[in-house]
Amino acid sequence: MTQIGIAEAQRFVDRLPHCRELNIRVEDTGLAQASMSLPYDKRLIGDPDTGVIHGGAVSVLMDTCAGASVLMHPANGGELATLDLRIDYMRAAKPGSTITAEAKCFHVTRTVAFIRVLAWDNDRSVPVAAASAAFTFTPISTLERAST
Amino acid sequence: MTRARPEPVQTLKERRDSVLRRMTSSIPYIQFLGIEFERRGDELTAILPYKDMLIGNPELPAIHGGVTSAFLEVASITELTWSNFWEVMESHGSASTDWSTEPLPPLPKTIDFTVDFLRPGLPRDAYARARVNRSGRRYASVHVEAWQDNRSRLFAQATGHFLMPE
Repeated sequence: MTQIGIAEAQRFVDRLPHCRELNIRVEDTGLAQASMSLPYDKRLIGDPDTGVIHGGAVSVLMDTCAGASVLMHPANGGELATLDLRIDYMRAAKPGSTITAEAKCFHVTRTVAFIRVLAWDNDRSVPVAAASAAFTFTPISTLERAST
Repeated sequence: MTRARPEPVQTLKERRDSVLRRMTSSIPYIQFLGIEFERRGDELTAILPYKDMLIGNPELPAIHGGVTSAFLEVASITELTWSNFWEVMESHGSASTDWSTEPLPPLPKTIDFTVDFLRPGLPRDAYARARVNRSGRRYASVHVEAWQDNRSRLFAQATGHFLMPE
């Protein structure tokens, strides 16, 4: 299987209306992993007193990034859906800063993928949030069987 | 002993609605997603009217999982802030307070949020109701359920822990 590059992954993300609205950028792709960023946007402020981005916008970034890491897994046949997403918020993101997330799909069974995601703003060693997710996906073998 | 006359229903409704409106209209992200709130007494229902930009999977199509998660988190935080402020708002002497300018409480901060996606979010309006299961001095635990056409067929539910403002 050929690896999906940054440009191709960006085209995929741009087909998702909500990600396009949030201007989510693909930063990097790799085997069963992906990295994406969310630029600071005043429309996403969750606390007007501090200007901090709402946790909900961070969950969109982390869910998208987690899904992309499953797409980057060789066992994936194309269709996927989030089963479960748990996000731990370690600290508030700095107002004005871009948030970057990195997801790794660290294990798959026949139809379930397990993913860990980390998000940070300026310093990767001081994360803003961490997530753990489970996705369902259509295994590649099912599609191959269906097409023959 | 004479009992204080109950407040006129209109005064009461105006106060509750104005506080709720200020609580939600001041937050840009709530406006961005287009989330609205309906109130019956102290019970809140969050509503996410369908918009194309909420879509995360154009093939199905389905609402973005992150949006569902965001909707549930907004519903939880609003319920928590609202239920904590209710006593203050309804206490004696509240009639003399100007509720259009009275400072609102600072928002709780999300510690963790776990979403269980039960069904795809269809391209139509979604509703959510949150329940504060525990509200302590420092921490609160909130459960929230969301549905679309049928109240008994949830499409997502979540539990979150929140740090209460000092």
